[in-house]
Amino acid sequence: MSSDEEEEKRIPISERKEWLDVKPIPQDEGPNPVVPIAYTDDFRETMDYFRAVYLSDERSPRSLDLTTEVIHLNPGNYTVWHFRRLVLESLGVNLHDELNFIESIAKVNSKNYQIWHHRRWAAEKLGTEVAKLEHDFTKKILSLDAKNYHAWSHRQWVLQALGGWEDELDYCQKLLEEDIFNNSAWNQRYFVVTRSPILGGLEAMRESEVKYTVEAIVSNPENESPWRYLRGLYKGDMSSFVQDPEISSMFLNVLKTKSNFVFALGLLLDLVCHGFELNEEFKDAIEPLRSSYPDPPESNFAIIICSVLETIDPLRSNYWSWRKTNVTS
Amino acid sequence: MDLLSGELEVEKHVKYILSIEKKKDSFESVAMEHLRMNGAYWGLTTLDLLGKIETVDQDEVISWVMQCQHESGGFAGNVGHDPHILYTLSAVQVLALFDKLDVLDVDKLSDCILWLNFMEKNAATFSPCLLDRKLDICGLQNEDGSFSGDIWGEVDTRFSYIAICCLSLLHRLDKINTEKAVEYIVSCQNLDGGFGCTPGGESHAGQIFCCVSALAITGSLYHIDKDLLGWWLCERQLKSGGLNGRPEKLPDVCYSWWVLTSLILIDRVHWIDKVKLARFILDCQDKENGGISDRPDDAVDVFHTYFGVAGLSLLEYPGLKAIDPAHALPVDVINKIFFDRK
Repeated sequence: MSSDEEEEKRIPISERKEWLDVKPIPQDEGPNPVVPIAYTDDFRETMDYFRAVYLSDERSPRSLDLTTEVIHLNPGNYTVWHFRRLVLESLGVNLHDELNFIESIAKVNSKNYQIWHHRRWAAEKLGTEVAKLEHDFTKKILSLDAKNYHAWSHRQWVLQALGGWEDELDYCQKLLEEDIFNNSAWNQRYFVVTRSPILGGLEAMRESEVKYTVEAIVSNPENESPWRYLRGLYKGDMSSFVQDPEISSMFLNVLKTKSNFVFALGLLLDLVCHGFELNEEFKDAIEPLRSSYPDPPESNFAIIICSVLETIDPLRSNYWSWRKTNVTS
Repeated sequence: MDLLSGELEVEKHVKYILSIEKKKDSFESVAMEHLRMNGAYWGLTTLDLLGKIETVDQDEVISWVMQCQHESGGFAGNVGHDPHILYTLSAVQVLALFDKLDVLDVDKLSDCILWLNFMEKNAATFSPCLLDRKLDICGLQNEDGSFSGDIWGEVDTRFSYIAICCLSLLHRLDKINTEKAVEYIVSCQNLDGGFGCTPGGESHAGQIFCCVSALAITGSLYHIDKDLLGWWLCERQLKSGGLNGRPEKLPDVCYSWWVLTSLILIDRVHWIDKVKLARFILDCQDKENGGISDRPDDAVDVFHTYFGVAGLSLLEYPGLKAIDPAHALPVDVINKIFFDRK
């Protein structure tokens, strides 16, 4: 039942025959409540009955139904979810049904911590058999918001605890095709490439990943994520980074367009500081980006790059000027 | 910053915060009631930063806060709710604002904080009756009185921060194995220098605040590559002057807090354009009725009002009290806790 339907047809609990034996317990706000709480009548009544079953620790089917009602009214209440887990355990309820229930709630409250905590609890109990189900679930949530932090956390947990790594790189690929600026998908790609038990690790994947990333950069050089990803691919191996001809030609490609080259210059600066040698072609590409020509002329290209960045990235000019002071000639 | 002085609508923000407490019948209605303790912390800290905390009745607030305390020592989000570590930190912070930490049984409370952190991870395995029993029931406490490092396994870094901040305010950091806690936080560090909620999780400014502050409180900032993280953080500033929390996301006033605190703690705050950020925050004010929103022209709420004012305080906006970036309390309050111990 959707919560809308429920609101329309809701019968007060006090008028339902299965609840006649229960005395609702109102919220104890003390004699002179400092902060009396505003409730709707439905919410107040539901909570009063909830308090009654919670305090008598009644782990029955009707208690379970009641937690469903409370959760529909306020999915952020920690105690209700907690009690629901106890009831589910005591009744030995089939947790597949619970997964369906969570899904219905999560579709409208996908950023609620309790829901995800609960989902993980249920999935953990059900074990590896639900790995695929869980991946389908996060896919659904991510199809509504591809950057949902909770969904990504859950997905990473499922991969590590229950498996299902086989299709993960393809999934990242698909999301990046939809939105190449999706930093969460880039992060997941790095997670898969470095942690998947079937892909052989970062070094085995580097060549093909560099190729993919360079393409992404050249088509959108203003996209921060692939630039960071590229650095990750060469983690701990600056010498390969500096020597890779593919990286060199990527820089030239971006610089020659004379637009959106901030990230390119930022990375180039790092590589130059690690021994990357700028040939004439590079110098010719950087020269037209300059707007100032100090007297006497500056010949150190790392310093020239910093000066260009100070001008074209004014929000961070202090950062680039600090970088300039750190350039060793 | 002097340039923008006089643009903060101090009186209107005070009025807005006080009105939330008075409009009890409509106070963000049902959705807020279970986290009222957080709301109290946001509102009261804002008032203190604005120099107006005396406009509330201190005794009333404290008596309400104490009504939210459970026998176990932990605090609930409201009277009659279950204790949770999220609300326990807010309650301790509110008491600290009024210099009333001495009303607490500090040892009992700090044991409870550790237990609640453990509960967060294992919530399903405890029955409610356990909430009121002694900590040693769950076998966390070792014979020598120390706590097993297990409570740090797979805990979201938010909870690491909350426990560390809370224990620090209570002078009980010695109760935990900080080395283990720090080890876990460091394992959540990413290649961009940022931190996620668990190892491999995407860097997010909110999680970075938690991790950097926890490392600052435990004297472990040397684990951070400050230049790398500082650069990632200053990349969060957008042309509007506002900050986002992840690449390609919209700016939001709340990141003025998460990003700025982190930049300050690693001494890199001069890498952003502070005046443009202050301009952005000031543009998010409701100039008629007070309060601050996430972005210009959106609806205001107490959460963003706190983050906006606290952000301006971090930017040394004239007339505001200074705030301690790691403990999220005014500096004079922190000084009293750490330097005037009775």
